[in-house]
Amino acid sequence: MIALRPILSSLSRNKVGAALIALQMAVTLAILCNAVYIIQQRMARAARPSGIDEADDFAIANQWIGTAAADAGALIQADVAALRAIPAVADAYITNSFPFDGGGATTQITLHPDQPRSRRTTTVYLGDQHAMDTLGFRLSAGRNFNASDIRDFRSPLKLPPINGMLVTRALAEQLAPAGKVLGRVATLVSLPVSAPIVGVIDTLQAPNVNAPGGNAVAYNSVVLPYRVGTPGAAYVVRAKPGGLAQAMKAAPAALARVSRQRVITDEFSLAEERRAAYSGDRTLALMLTLVCLILLAVTAFGIVGLTSYWVSQRRRQIGIRRALGATRGAIMQHFQTENLLITAGGIVVGVVLAVAGNLWIVKSFAMGRLPYEYLLVGVVALLVLGQLAALWPALRAASVPPAVATRNV
Amino acid sequence: MFGYYFGLALRSLRRNVVLTALMVITIGVGIGASMTTLSIFRAMSGDPIPQKSRQLFVPQIDNFGPTVTGAFGGALPADRMPRYLTYTDAVALMRAHAAERQAAMYRTSAAVASPNSAALPVLESGRATYTAFFTMFDVPFEYGAPWSAADDAARAPLVVLSRKLNDRLFGGANSVGRIVTLNDEEYRVAGVIQDWGPVPRFYDLGAGGGSTFAYFGAEQIFVPFTTAIARHLSQAGDLRCPKVPQGGEDALLHSECIMFQMWVELPNLASVRAYRTFLTNYAAEQRRLGRFNWAPRIALRDVRQWLAYQHVVSNDVSVLMLVSFAFLLVCLLNGGGLMLAKFMSRSPQVSVRRALGADSRAIFTQCLVETGMIGLVAGVVGIALSIVGLLIAQGMFIRSAGNSRTLAALTHLNGGDVVIAVVLSVAATLLAGLYPTWRATRVQPAWQLKVQ
Repeated sequence: MIALRPILSSLSRNKVGAALIALQMAVTLAILCNAVYIIQQRMARAARPSGIDEADDFAIANQWIGTAAADAGALIQADVAALRAIPAVADAYITNSFPFDGGGATTQITLHPDQPRSRRTTTVYLGDQHAMDTLGFRLSAGRNFNASDIRDFRSPLKLPPINGMLVTRALAEQLAPAGKVLGRVATLVSLPVSAPIVGVIDTLQAPNVNAPGGNAVAYNSVVLPYRVGTPGAAYVVRAKPGGLAQAMKAAPAALARVSRQRVITDEFSLAEERRAAYSGDRTLALMLTLVCLILLAVTAFGIVGLTSYWVSQRRRQIGIRRALGATRGAIMQHFQTENLLITAGGIVVGVVLAVAGNLWIVKSFAMGRLPYEYLLVGVVALLVLGQLAALWPALRAASVPPAVATRNV
Repeated sequence: MFGYYFGLALRSLRRNVVLTALMVITIGVGIGASMTTLSIFRAMSGDPIPQKSRQLFVPQIDNFGPTVTGAFGGALPADRMPRYLTYTDAVALMRAHAAERQAAMYRTSAAVASPNSAALPVLESGRATYTAFFTMFDVPFEYGAPWSAADDAARAPLVVLSRKLNDRLFGGANSVGRIVTLNDEEYRVAGVIQDWGPVPRFYDLGAGGGSTFAYFGAEQIFVPFTTAIARHLSQAGDLRCPKVPQGGEDALLHSECIMFQMWVELPNLASVRAYRTFLTNYAAEQRRLGRFNWAPRIALRDVRQWLAYQHVVSNDVSVLMLVSFAFLLVCLLNGGGLMLAKFMSRSPQVSVRRALGADSRAIFTQCLVETGMIGLVAGVVGIALSIVGLLIAQGMFIRSAGNSRTLAALTHLNGGDVVIAVVLSVAATLLAGLYPTWRATRVQPAWQLKVQ
C-alpha cells in the first residue's frame, strides 16, 4: 500500500509548482489529442484511392499555337498515334482533365430534369474508349465506350449530341439511391448533354482533391465520350509496367516530330501529381507532428526540471526517511506517485480543455468531432510521459544515502 | 544599481547552466513556433495594398437569380452571389464610368515566341485589363508607361511585360517600342513593370485551384482588354455558367456566364454610397429590360472585406497558428515552473541579502532583471528558430507554389516581427516569473538564516 499522506503533504508545500506542471500537462493533452486527430484525418485523406493506375500513368499538358490551333483536332490524333507507337507505352488518350490535376469541369447532373432537388454535383471528364485502359479504372456494371460512341469535341460551346456516358458508382448511388442507373437517361444541368448511362465505374476520383463539398462529391465523376480537339488539352499516357521513365523521356521527342507549333507546358507522372495535390495535407500533418514531438519534449523536460528541484530541496528529509528504514524503492515510489497524482489532476483538466478546444475547432473550421479513442490514447501517453520523466529525478532521490540525515547541511 | 543586479543575475544564471538553458530553450522554442506560424499567417492574410485597400472595391451583381442550383465550372457559393461579372455587365460598368477609376480584367495565357527563333515558344500567364489597372494598383514601371485610355478604346496591340519576361526576351534592356509575338500575333511593348505582385493576389483569387499558395504572384504579360477580346486571347481563369451557350465565342460573351473580375476605385464614403446606388439602379434597369426577373442584388466590398469573404486564409494555417499559440502557453507554464524552482532554491541567499539590509523591492527588482534577461535571450533564440522554421515551411510550400514571390513572402521576417518576438518573449517571461519573484521577496530573513 502506498502511503499517500506524506505525498499529499509534500505536494501541499509546493502547490504552485505542482499546479503549473498539472496545467502544463492539461494544455499538452488538449493539443496532443486534437493534433493527433487532425494528423490522422489528413493522412487518411492523402491515402484515399483514386481508382486509377497511378504507378504507370503520366500526363503531358499541350497547347497548340498559331495556325496549328485551328487544326488541333487532326494534330491531336497524330500525337496520340505517335504516343501509342512508343515501345514503352501501353495506351494513351486526350482529355480535358484527369485525377489530381486540380482543375476539371464541374456541373450538376440529374435523372429527373424537372426536379431541382434531384441535382447532384459532379465533375466531367472527356475521353474516348481508350480512357478506361489508359487510366486503369474498372467497371462494376455495363460496358465501356466503343468507337461508334465517340464524338469530336471542339469547344463546350459546340457540343454534338452523344448516346452514352459512364458514371461512377458513388454518383450512381446519389442519383438513384434505391434503383439501378444502367440504361437510364442522365441530364447535365448547365450543358446541353443528355444520354443514357451505359456503364458504372467502380471508382474514379474528381480532379480537384480540395474541391468544396469534400467527401460527398470527391468521387462524383462522369466520363463523356468526346475526343478532345481544343488547342489546350492534356494527354494521359500509360506506360508498360516498369517503362514509365523510358516512356516519359521518349514522349516529348515523339510529339516534337509531329509538329513544333506547340508549347508542352508540363509533363509529370500521376504519382508526382498525387503528392502535389495532397501536399497541403502532408505539410499540415508534418508540422503538427513536429509541434507534438517538441511539445512532449518540453513537457518532459519541465517535469524533470521541477522534480529534480524538489528532490534536491528534500534531500535531508529523504535521508531521514532512508535512515528510518525506507527502502530505495519506497523513495522512488514516493516521487513516481507524486507525479502520478499531478498528472491525474492535469488529465482531468486536460480532457475538459481537449473537448472544449475540439468543439471550438468543429465550430470554426468545420472539422470532425474528436472520437473518444484519441482522448484515451492521449491520457495514456501523458501518464507514461510523466512516469518516464519523473524516473531520473526519482532515481537520484533513491540514491541519497541515509547518512545525509546525520549531516547538518 | 542596475549594473549590480545585472552582475548578480549573470552569476545566478551561470551557477545552474542546465536549468537556465532549459528555460531559455523552452521559451525560445515556444516563441519560435508561434512566430513562424504568425508570419505565415500574416503573409497570407496581410493587406496586399495597404495604402489603398479601403478605396478599392469589387462590384458584384446577382445575374444568376434564385432558380439556378449550380453552374458549369464550379459549385455555387453559399450566399449564391456570383464572384465575377458577365461580359455584358463588365462592359456596361466600364462604359458607365461611375467610379473614379475602373478596370475589368481576366486571366489569360499566351505563347510567347522566343527572340531566338529556334527555341519553342513558352506559354506565359497574362492578364487582359484596362489602363486603370496600373494606376489603381500603383504598379511601378521600370521602363515606359501603361497604355492610354485611347489605346483601350482603339484596341491597340500593346503589351506590358514583367521584369522577369523582359529579362528573358530582351536581356533586361529598355524594350519599349519593340515587338513581342504572342500566339503568332505582334504586340508592341508599351512598358516593363518592376518586380510586382501583391501577396495574396487579391485582384484575382479565383484561378488558385484551392491551394492558398496559388494566390501568390502576378502575371508575366498585360494586354488591353479590348485587344484581347478582339484577338480571342483565351480565358484562363474561372468560368461559371448557369447554362453553357451553344454557338461560339460570341454566344459566350453575350451569355450569363461569369468570368471577368472588376475593380473600381472610390476615394471617399460619398463616392462609395453613390456607386452602390449606381449598381442597384443598374440591376433594377436590367430587370426592367427583362434580363433579370428578381429584385436587384448587388454587393460592393473593399480589399480587406473581399479577402475575408473569399476565405483567403486557409483553415490549415489558422489551425496551425492556434496550436502554436497553445504551444507557447505550455512553454511559458513550463518556464514559470522552472523559474519558481530556481528562485525558491535561492531562498538562503535572498535571506542573507535581506538580513544585510536589502528591502523587498530591491529583491524584486533583482529577480525581475534576471527573468528579463532570460526572456531577452529566449527571444533571440526564438527569432533564430523562427528563421529556421520559415526556411523549412518555405521548402515545403515552394514546390506547390513554384513561385519566387512565395519564397520572398515566407522568408520575410520583418523588423516588426523581430520586435514582437522580443517583446512577447520578455513580457511573457516576466509574467511567468512574476509569481516566483513575488515568492522570493516573501522570504523571511530570520527564519531562513536560522535553518542555515
